Amino acid sequence: MKRVTLFAGHYGSGKSSLAVEYALKLASEGNKTVIADLDIVNPYFRSMDSRTELEHKGVEVIVSPYAGSNVDVPALPGEMYRIVDDRDYKAVVDVGGDDRGALALGRLSGALKKENDYEMILVVNFLRPLTRTPEEALQVISEIEQAGHLPFTGIINNTNLGELTAAEHVYRGLEKAERLSRMSGLELLGSTVKQELLRDIKTNGVFIPIKIRHRADWAIF
Amino acid sequence: MADKVLMKGNEALAEAAIMAGCRHYFGYPITPQTEVAAYLAKRMPKVGGTFLQAESEIAAINMVIGVASAGKRVMTSSSSPGISLKSEGLSYLAGCDLPALVVNVQRGGPGLGGIQPSQSDYFHATRGAGHGDFHMLVLAPASVQEMASLVFKGFDLADKYRMTTMILADGTIGQMMEPVSLDMGEVISYDKPWAVTGTGGKRTHNIVNSLSLLPEELEQWNIARYERYAQIEKDEVQYESFMTEDADIVCVAFGVAARVAKNAIVAARAKGIKAGLIRPITLWPFPKAALKKAAEKAKAFVSVELSMGQMIEDVELAIRCSRPVLLCSRVGGMIPTPEEVLSKIEEAQNAGRCE
Repeated sequence: MKRVTLFAGHYGSGKSSLAVEYALKLASEGNKTVIADLDIVNPYFRSMDSRTELEHKGVEVIVSPYAGSNVDVPALPGEMYRIVDDRDYKAVVDVGGDDRGALALGRLSGALKKENDYEMILVVNFLRPLTRTPEEALQVISEIEQAGHLPFTGIINNTNLGELTAAEHVYRGLEKAERLSRMSGLELLGSTVKQELLRDIKTNGVFIPIKIRHRADWAIF
Repeated sequence: MADKVLMKGNEALAEAAIMAGCRHYFGYPITPQTEVAAYLAKRMPKVGGTFLQAESEIAAINMVIGVASAGKRVMTSSSSPGISLKSEGLSYLAGCDLPALVVNVQRGGPGLGGIQPSQSDYFHATRGAGHGDFHMLVLAPASVQEMASLVFKGFDLADKYRMTTMILADGTIGQMMEPVSLDMGEVISYDKPWAVTGTGGKRTHNIVNSLSLLPEELEQWNIARYERYAQIEKDEVQYESFMTEDADIVCVAFGVAARVAKNAIVAARAKGIKAGLIRPITLWPFPKAALKKAAEKAKAFVSVELSMGQMIEDVELAIRCSRPVLLCSRVGGMIPTPEEVLSKIEEAQNAGRCE
């Protein structure tokens, strides 16, 4: 396990959810854990939304003081340097969506490369409209690497349709993720599957069970 | 298995525009609708369309007037402060009887306000968003699926009536992600003999214009336009009824507020209160008849809004103030919780008893 784990990808791919889940897991295993929300693009629905739960479970949170507020500026907190400066911590980084979101990473990439103890993970959902194919995802990889000055080291396949995800979606997503892995030379680290669906999956592969976080206020529609 | 994708509301409306045959988009970025422009910047070149980031909202709406005059489907989008800037153009579109689609993914106001969701541009959208006598068709999506289907329908209505259709969304519906089917059906195409497309030397030239030098003529233009509006009020009203058959308390809400209200209504029913919801899908034309009918049985109404109380006036007008109408609202980017709506429903239950 590397000291720093970064999650990047197309916006809406599920980066934030995975970053939150992973940080909670690290903390539950007794690691001193910090999560940084470096999203300078997305105005709503960020990993910061889980701040109370994260802090309650012992994860320290670094986030722009303006996130979730009405201040619409792409500001990053100076505190983000803790990710590279404080090596006592396991750090999880939620990188903003697409190449524009990854720009913020450029400020840290030098130090990350120097320490050389990081994983840069592409999160991909092949049921998102602009990453329907491995070819399109490959394009996203190259755009983010150019913007963030940090090469990817692995892929997590997060293909899903939210509540409506069925086994069939998981199979088709897995096929595409394996093709992307071959095309990019990046290791496919695993595929997420919502907990309730896990026992229906009848194929080989590394599956990561996840819980979908609801916005209960809007559940019935 | 239906072929669905997981989309943000803003992406769904952008894709639906392409499916509706829109090949011209002009805009200027503003949170929380920037994904519309970002998405179309990537998609338009792939379908042979034009994406152009204008130098301002005012420039963008005037480009819309140009393309609409040439008879092509065209769209612009913005959020509240940007829509204010476009308002002059909205009046000119109406004065020229041009079809266009304008999207407002609302945020808190007035002024620069904030970037969190709001519905406080209801008056602006439904009362004629500029000078002069005019209406726009105003559609209010409450899900990512409706962001797509109402854009598709909105283009059709715009062409059919030679009017601007406004999609009045809110930041939440723009930003949230849900599975969407993009099976939109066939695009109906309309003859546009009035369009400025070149005479080919075979006809007298068309003029698209909102200026009349004769007051008698300008009066007639206005009257003709309002005859069309009357027809629309008869034919195009769209709303959803949820548990209203036996409802004592009828909530009225659109967009994200309707989703919160539905969850509150289910909770109210569990407590033995007969609550229901009328969700206007067209805000103009407003579902007046449906509300008037509901008032025959209902004891009281609750208007749930992300504004200081704008739609509530239309609710009171529709039922001719025959029942108490309570307001449940949060503003400034805040969203009411189902608990807040439920407690207002309980208050309405008591208010209804006193009548």
